[in-house]
Amino acid sequence: MTKHEDRAEPAAAASTSLHADPGVERGQPDGDRPVRLTETAQQRDRARTISEKSQPGRRAFVAPALDVPEQAGLLPDHLRRSEPARLPELAEPEIVRHYNRLSKRNFDLDTGFYPLGSCTMKHNPKLHERVAALPGHARLHPLQHPRRAQGALRLMWELQNALGEVAGLPHVSLQPSAGSHGELAGVLLTRAYHEERGERRTKVLTPDTAHGTNPATVTMAGFEVVKVGTDDRGGVDVEDLKAKTSDEVACLMLTNPNTLGLFDPAIEEIAHVVHDAGATLYYDGANLNAVMGRTRPGDMGFDIVHFNLHKTFTQPHGGGGPGAGPIAVSERIEPFIPRPQVVRREPGNGAGPTYELDYDRPRSIGRLRGFQGNFGVFVRSYAYILSLGSDGLQEASETAVLNANYLMARLAETAGEHLPPAYDRTCMHEFVLTGGPMKRALGIRTLDLAKRLLDYGFHPPTVYFPLLVEEALLIEPTETETRETLDAFAEVIAEILAEAARDPDAARSAPYTTPVRRLDEAGAAKRPVIRQAL
Amino acid sequence: MLAAIGAESIDELFADVPEGVRLGRPLDLPEGKPEQEVYRYLRDLAALNVTTEDEVSFLGAGMYDHYVPALIDSILSRSEFLTPYTPYQPEISQGGLQVMFEYQTAISELTGLPVSNASVYEGPSAVAAAGYLAKLHQPARTRFLVSRGLHPHSRETLASTSVGWGTAIEELALADGATDADALEQALGDDVSAVFLQYPNFLGTVEDLDVLVPAAKAAGALVIVQCDPLALGILRPPGDFGVDVAVGEGQTLGNRLDFGGPSFGFFASHQAYLRRMPGRIAGETTDVDGRRGFVLTLQTREQHIRREKATHNICTAQALNALAGVIYLSWLGRAGLVELGELMLQRTAYARAALAAVDGVEPLHSQPVVREFAVTLDADVDAVVERCAAEGVNPGYALGRDLPEFEHGLLVAITEQRSKADIDRLARTLGAAVAAERKQVPA
Repeated sequence: MTKHEDRAEPAAAASTSLHADPGVERGQPDGDRPVRLTETAQQRDRARTISEKSQPGRRAFVAPALDVPEQAGLLPDHLRRSEPARLPELAEPEIVRHYNRLSKRNFDLDTGFYPLGSCTMKHNPKLHERVAALPGHARLHPLQHPRRAQGALRLMWELQNALGEVAGLPHVSLQPSAGSHGELAGVLLTRAYHEERGERRTKVLTPDTAHGTNPATVTMAGFEVVKVGTDDRGGVDVEDLKAKTSDEVACLMLTNPNTLGLFDPAIEEIAHVVHDAGATLYYDGANLNAVMGRTRPGDMGFDIVHFNLHKTFTQPHGGGGPGAGPIAVSERIEPFIPRPQVVRREPGNGAGPTYELDYDRPRSIGRLRGFQGNFGVFVRSYAYILSLGSDGLQEASETAVLNANYLMARLAETAGEHLPPAYDRTCMHEFVLTGGPMKRALGIRTLDLAKRLLDYGFHPPTVYFPLLVEEALLIEPTETETRETLDAFAEVIAEILAEAARDPDAARSAPYTTPVRRLDEAGAAKRPVIRQAL
Repeated sequence: MLAAIGAESIDELFADVPEGVRLGRPLDLPEGKPEQEVYRYLRDLAALNVTTEDEVSFLGAGMYDHYVPALIDSILSRSEFLTPYTPYQPEISQGGLQVMFEYQTAISELTGLPVSNASVYEGPSAVAAAGYLAKLHQPARTRFLVSRGLHPHSRETLASTSVGWGTAIEELALADGATDADALEQALGDDVSAVFLQYPNFLGTVEDLDVLVPAAKAAGALVIVQCDPLALGILRPPGDFGVDVAVGEGQTLGNRLDFGGPSFGFFASHQAYLRRMPGRIAGETTDVDGRRGFVLTLQTREQHIRREKATHNICTAQALNALAGVIYLSWLGRAGLVELGELMLQRTAYARAALAAVDGVEPLHSQPVVREFAVTLDADVDAVVERCAAEGVNPGYALGRDLPEFEHGLLVAITEQRSKADIDRLARTLGAAVAAERKQVPA
């Protein structure tokens, strides 16, 4: 009927699962405040927890029969539970229905655009779930003898090599469980490296644009954080870096492109400064999706890199994991990498190579978790690398950068007055806008814009990060989005701004069409209710 | 699109990358493959693995071959659970947030501790995270006392993770497969930060927390217990003994083996440590219309807010695996969790007796056990394992790989998937293998 609805079409059509509730109507375009009409019984029902749906005596599980003679007194009474744990009691249909209904209260990547900066929400190919679920992978015990786990070890070895090639660093440990875990591994490697050289360095440098995990990791690894400033082009302030670099500095942790989405053209000089002081250079791989096949952290001078397989290599994020955070390192760091390490041995008697777990690594920092890492994640990411190959990975990065620059240009056109780029430069795979002018001119904040986007079926960008940009929006479209989606997003942003010019309260009170509206987060923190009263 | 940007070429977009660091050649990786070929390649690799579907396996030692019910596959494959990021926008993440809340409720119930987070990576790193909580809680205390019955991966992970904390690790010896209470008494002092135990421990022993916990608490140390959530269906929960932090590996709750991951770690504690907890916590609240809802709460503990002062650096955890955990617990239900525990207890007792009756096999200890027990073989363990494997039986884990003092030890796990017939077959196969190996080495 209206232009508004035409333009919002792609997003609205894509968001049926979340917005299909009867009794809810989208906001009207001509200034009337959107209203919630009715609340259906199903909507009320869906905030009930599984414990609240429990009925004594109901069950899904049928226990295998006891086929051995029953013995009494196997456990001392004082070590026995006196009352059964109060788990829910439901039959299978009700359990399935409960969780399916809950699922409909989630927005997800398979349903709509998810430009969450720094998170690389690219498509998760469906093949990956199929190959990860093969019984040969899914039912393989982690302590199976390596002779009978050759397929898994070979897969890991091949993945190590592929990741090493992408990073430009020869040695890879797959063990860390997530990016933050990879960071911890990296800083512990740095500690081990310096200690072996008889040096006690106590400080680690992190730029003020860094992900929060960087400083948190530094503290956990027993170092002191020293912040390095950002120059007016959005790169590392090299003078500040020089001033803060000394023989007390163990490492500089850097993201490049950084969290502003900008590639630091001074990277060679930065590497020089850090290495001259005897420190190591750590690459936070959260933004690796920008540069595959174009440049490599190893070539930039980094000693240690972590990958986020759940970002660059498309492991589905699961609503907060699982991920995996393998690390790649240079020759001088290699002796210290976590154990065990997957190695290939050539028996040399005409037989084929074998794959083994090498525990005999006396200078290793040791394990950082149980077993061999998140193998199921490795299967998916290796499937991705096999599918895309050399050209495909490069094309993925190039398209990610193209999409980000295109969306930045489109937004400059549709919303540039109120949401200008924080740094007016070519961006890499993501970019930052500042909502400062919007706040002053229209009276709505970045948070309001983000909440209003929910009504249009878009996941908002990352907001209020990086910290040094006022009212920041960090937007990462990824390579798997079409031009039409990017256009629709730019137009919806413009529409929300136009609406705010007429009626700022529309955004300030958004969202309207979601299963719940703005939630009392302060109250939740003040009086924490973090489990069901049973 | 380039025209809209005002660029001539893709190369122009990469102009900030200095000449000196450009790769300038294609990545040295194979060409991309069509989906059919990728499937076939990975299927062929998978076929090289011998799994718990291919042999009768008694391997455990931290991960166990429990049945994963089909409804978990079905629910986890839903895009709405599989593909979202961490729930930063609660209005469109109520499903995931409510799952976290239900999960926290279930973990609190199992552990007997009132506060649970929404998951950490996995078991051993959860132990290290608990150590970090202890260090932050009482920084002046600098000694960790670690039972030798704590999983070797947990002991090593704690040691690796804590190198920068200024804490020293001392081991508590075992006596007849259980943590030696006298050794604990002697080691305790006002400089002990935390005591680390496992329940049941790595050798399967149900440690007597009634003895160990009060001693440690009296010395002002935190007690951190890695526990098996499934065994907690019949075991008295750690919170009942006064344990401060209960952590563990969640794989047994509805997660596949996956060669060791992904699974999840759980982390539960007391109210007093709520603001020192690592990771995400979901909390209940209301929206502006008064409707019930859930949010990530107490985020001022976390790295994205608190940065270098955060209680832990964890960001991405294991939400999807924790969802499998809570579905599994709902599937078992109140009665089923107990029935499963009792079944494991009975079959394990049967297996323990059946193996003890085999010539050349002796019990390694006499402590109470639930799902796993240790025996000593009068033969080379690796050779015996190989002989059994050739007969389609994986008899368990060679303890000497991690605990050299048990060079002849074998750790045997009995899940509900191993029937009496399987156990009888294990006894026969193991007996024959031990006998054959003894012949090789004349006494």
